[in-house]
Amino acid sequence: MDFTDEQIQRYSRHILLQDVGVEGQDKICQAKVLIIGAGGLGAPVALYLAAAGIGTIGIIDGDVVDLSNLQRQIIHFTEDVDKPKVLSAKEKINRLNPDVKVITYQTLFTAENALEIIKDYDFIVDGTDNFPVKFLINDACVFAGKPFSHGGILRFEGQTFTYVPGTACYRCFFYGPPPANLVPTCSQAGVLGAIAGMLGTIQAAEVLKYVTGVGDLLTNRLLTFNAKTMEFRTIKGKQNHKCPICGEHPTVTELVDYEQGTCDIQSKKK
Amino acid sequence: MSTIKVNDKHQEIELPLSVSGIIQLNKVVQPGMVSVQLNGEFVLRDDFDSTLLKEADEIDFLYFMGGGSDIF
Repeated sequence: MDFTDEQIQRYSRHILLQDVGVEGQDKICQAKVLIIGAGGLGAPVALYLAAAGIGTIGIIDGDVVDLSNLQRQIIHFTEDVDKPKVLSAKEKINRLNPDVKVITYQTLFTAENALEIIKDYDFIVDGTDNFPVKFLINDACVFAGKPFSHGGILRFEGQTFTYVPGTACYRCFFYGPPPANLVPTCSQAGVLGAIAGMLGTIQAAEVLKYVTGVGDLLTNRLLTFNAKTMEFRTIKGKQNHKCPICGEHPTVTELVDYEQGTCDIQSKKK
Repeated sequence: MSTIKVNDKHQEIELPLSVSGIIQLNKVVQPGMVSVQLNGEFVLRDDFDSTLLKEADEIDFLYFMGGGSDIF
């Protein structure tokens, strides 16, 4: 695409980067990225991707802004309380960068709609806090051959890795959802607000690296950090031959809505 | 005494010790919530009791972490 003078100025700090340049910025401006969850992680991801000029940002979230969200979900402001999160996020993105096309889905991400929604996107960002949806995102992306960034935060800690087809997936590291209700979520256990920003900006950087082809992605590695000590660790992983979805004898062959709380599973045709 | 690495830190242990044993020894708060990699290889939960550690093993505990949007 041909950049206007204004765009060249807006994206000048990217264009100046030897690894990115006009060509890389062009890739960013053509890219379509889906952010699942407009919360603690989705907020910084959306803001940085919007600032970077990602061409199309899809945001899926069925919830409205709550006062208790504002401690970390920095895309939502005080006056947005009770507003649908996708709407609040879209407004901020538009104000930050009118070049970005925003597609909103004010709904849940389910086994029913997962493949239909992700098919239009180049990269998926997991910004959800519960394990049923995290596994659903993983499974849908593995089935559809879509790259995604996994992100998790709790209390003072964060973890993330990037999946591209042929590398370790979430099930390679974690196999299947933990027993329901055993793992606390941020809403139950608390989280230091800035952790969401730390982790979300890593996810945003991974998106930009993927889109531009710059550097080495966080694949086959799980990055974890603890903000109490500010220690970062990278745990090496690889595709697990026992993985129930991408291993030698897959048992996960269709998308499933795991229900948190009851552990019941509802099977949906792929 | 044998030395292994747990989450990148050296730890002295008495062998024989299983993966379940090292999880207990490290007082993992919710053992059901931990995924284990032994020398970079994933260990099935069902194999925690039967998988024995040896000198210089490197074991990593990976914790389930949610976070982000508490909506779905």
